[in-house]
Amino acid sequence: MYVAVKGGETAIANAHRLLADRRRGDRSLPAITIEQVVEQLGLAVDRVMAEASLYDRALAALAVRQARGDMIEAIFILRAYRTTLPRFGYSEPVDTARMKVERRVSATYKDLPGGQLLGPTFDYTHRLLDPSLIGEEAVDEPTLKEPGEPVMRVSDILDGEGLIEGDGQMPEGHVAGDLTREPMEFPMARDLRLQALARGDEGFLLALAYSTQRGYGRTHPFVGEVRIGEVEVELELPELGFAVSLGAIRVTECQMVNQFKGSAKQPPQFTRGYGLVFGQSERKAMSMSLVDRALRTDEFDEDIVAPAEDQEFVISHADNVQATGFVEHLKLPHYVDFQAELDLVRRMRREHDAARAGGKDGMKEAAE
Amino acid sequence: MDAAKTSDDESVAQRREGMRLLARATLGELSTAWDAIADKPEVAPVRGPETGLVMVRGKIGGGGDAFNLGEATVSRATVRLSTGEVGHGQLLGTDKARARFAAIFDALFQNGAHRASVEALHEQVAARLDAEDRRKAEETAATRVDFFTMVRGED
Amino acid sequence: MTPQSQIYTGAFADPVFEAQAVFRILMDCFARPGTIGRLSTAAAPPAPLGEASGAIALTLCDHDTPVWLSPALSKSSVPTWIAFHTGAGVTETKDEARFAFFEKGATVPGFDQFALGTQEYPDRSTTLVVEVEALEGGQPLIGRGPGIKNGIVIAPKSLPGVFLDLWAANRAVFPRGIDLVLTAREAVLCLPRTTKLERE
Repeated sequence: MYVAVKGGETAIANAHRLLADRRRGDRSLPAITIEQVVEQLGLAVDRVMAEASLYDRALAALAVRQARGDMIEAIFILRAYRTTLPRFGYSEPVDTARMKVERRVSATYKDLPGGQLLGPTFDYTHRLLDPSLIGEEAVDEPTLKEPGEPVMRVSDILDGEGLIEGDGQMPEGHVAGDLTREPMEFPMARDLRLQALARGDEGFLLALAYSTQRGYGRTHPFVGEVRIGEVEVELELPELGFAVSLGAIRVTECQMVNQFKGSAKQPPQFTRGYGLVFGQSERKAMSMSLVDRALRTDEFDEDIVAPAEDQEFVISHADNVQATGFVEHLKLPHYVDFQAELDLVRRMRREHDAARAGGKDGMKEAAE
Repeated sequence: MDAAKTSDDESVAQRREGMRLLARATLGELSTAWDAIADKPEVAPVRGPETGLVMVRGKIGGGGDAFNLGEATVSRATVRLSTGEVGHGQLLGTDKARARFAAIFDALFQNGAHRASVEALHEQVAARLDAEDRRKAEETAATRVDFFTMVRGED
Repeated sequence: MTPQSQIYTGAFADPVFEAQAVFRILMDCFARPGTIGRLSTAAAPPAPLGEASGAIALTLCDHDTPVWLSPALSKSSVPTWIAFHTGAGVTETKDEARFAFFEKGATVPGFDQFALGTQEYPDRSTTLVVEVEALEGGQPLIGRGPGIKNGIVIAPKSLPGVFLDLWAANRAVFPRGIDLVLTAREAVLCLPRTTKLERE
């Protein structure tokens, strides 16, 4: 039962005013600008874009600032914003083979066309806090070098030997599903699962990916390739009858290669898990590719033995906006529900006490 | 017939490439180029400028069938010039002023009298993008690992 | 005007407010079935789509509402006009359409060929927008049902002879069924699936 109560308007207005004050913080310090967030906290911006499922660096930075750095709140704000905009259409699928690569590493081949390009990575840093960053130390310009040969896709190398499954194909005539338009249903096809994983919570996917490595679902993974860089987004204009470029977005792609001993249907070969994420986040792309592979049990006649292999479990709980909504709603007034439960517990307690006071007669009756 | 088709394909390819560059042009580049045009035609809005979403699609496994990756903000405009040409502008982000300029230059590109100045803008943007891409590629190339094998101990 | 340039004209000059005005009239007419609403704001779609039907398309259609068009409309520049101004794509499958448009005099197929919705989601149905010669002066019919006090007489001109049978069949699958908007020039008359019709 719901009982309408009024009140709290002044308290809410004052709380929001206080929030604005705390967000701004010490007024003697300059306010942080959106451009500063975009330039200097770029990976926070990327995470918000990826999990809000909306690519727009400036808006994501605004959300980060508005949320005081609370990432899930920022993601929530950006998700809410996207619902106010009309949909113009679906882009042509982006071609990651033509990516302008800013980083590309492979754990399966040392010498491969294009080489190991480390790019702006945290890898090989010592993870020591750097006091020089407290001030405004001058930063050196990057070193420049003549670019080498083009970067080749690792999956194409293995493909030459026929030892790896091909790129993912859906059944003939399949139209890519869209989670933002149709409610979820299980079992869910791989295209929809990838959409859900791409917007899924990084922490949740990381934990699931980790669980597969610790034995909850065995996948024997190798990073075939991780690459970060810009790809062009093209949109077909029906009034012109051809596709035009809208500009470029930065994405992170991971090809995870997994050993597969074969089944009645397929010979022993390498299988693949795929990760593609807005912005720069190889942790998320790698986690996504591990979970993508773990969820493909039905394609390889594998038993579902681990949480990461359970579609319903993984996909239903990957979205942090849904999750935070349901968890956080518990703090909203439940006064009436609780009163009802309080009455119930009091009555049960009275009955319990009465039964104990009734002593052995009661017990005997129950036994008979 | 074939010759007509080829020249058609060619003009489509040129316009596509022009639109690609206009989508990447900065507001400064666009407004400077607009200011430099002597006899400006009147510009009437046909659609927009407006901001909306395009669902960006990826390919499963990098080369397979399509899946929906996530949306991106897109601003677009369609304009008609007093000389009759209709132009379309569309680009990532929420900058409607850039989208409107991109539409105007797409329309001007179809007008013989203005084509040269639009091509000059295209070239300017292309040169800037090439320099930026080149710089990024060089920065990345400097982080390439040069493996060398240590002398093995056992022989 | 060439067909190519035709698709760029004839939409609302002020899309937000004009679409809101049309929406308001449609909502009122669906709430009061059988009343005639006059659109104060005009669209000028390519022939043979009528002006009220065009305004309805501009107001209600978007990228998420596949549209089915009668054969004559499909052959005209209407599909590209709707696509350009609303973002809606044309479908050739009737039961995939959220809206279906018919020009004046077009043959209207059985309503059950369109999407009727499901028991769980009766809203997932097609709304038919049918242009007739006039909304008055035809064979009088009495409408009864929600939103109608004591019955209302409607007399659209040039409805097909089997219309009452089609409408009765549509009533029979309630809560599923199509909803119908009749248009003539700038006027509209709405018949939601809840309205019962019989001869006077």
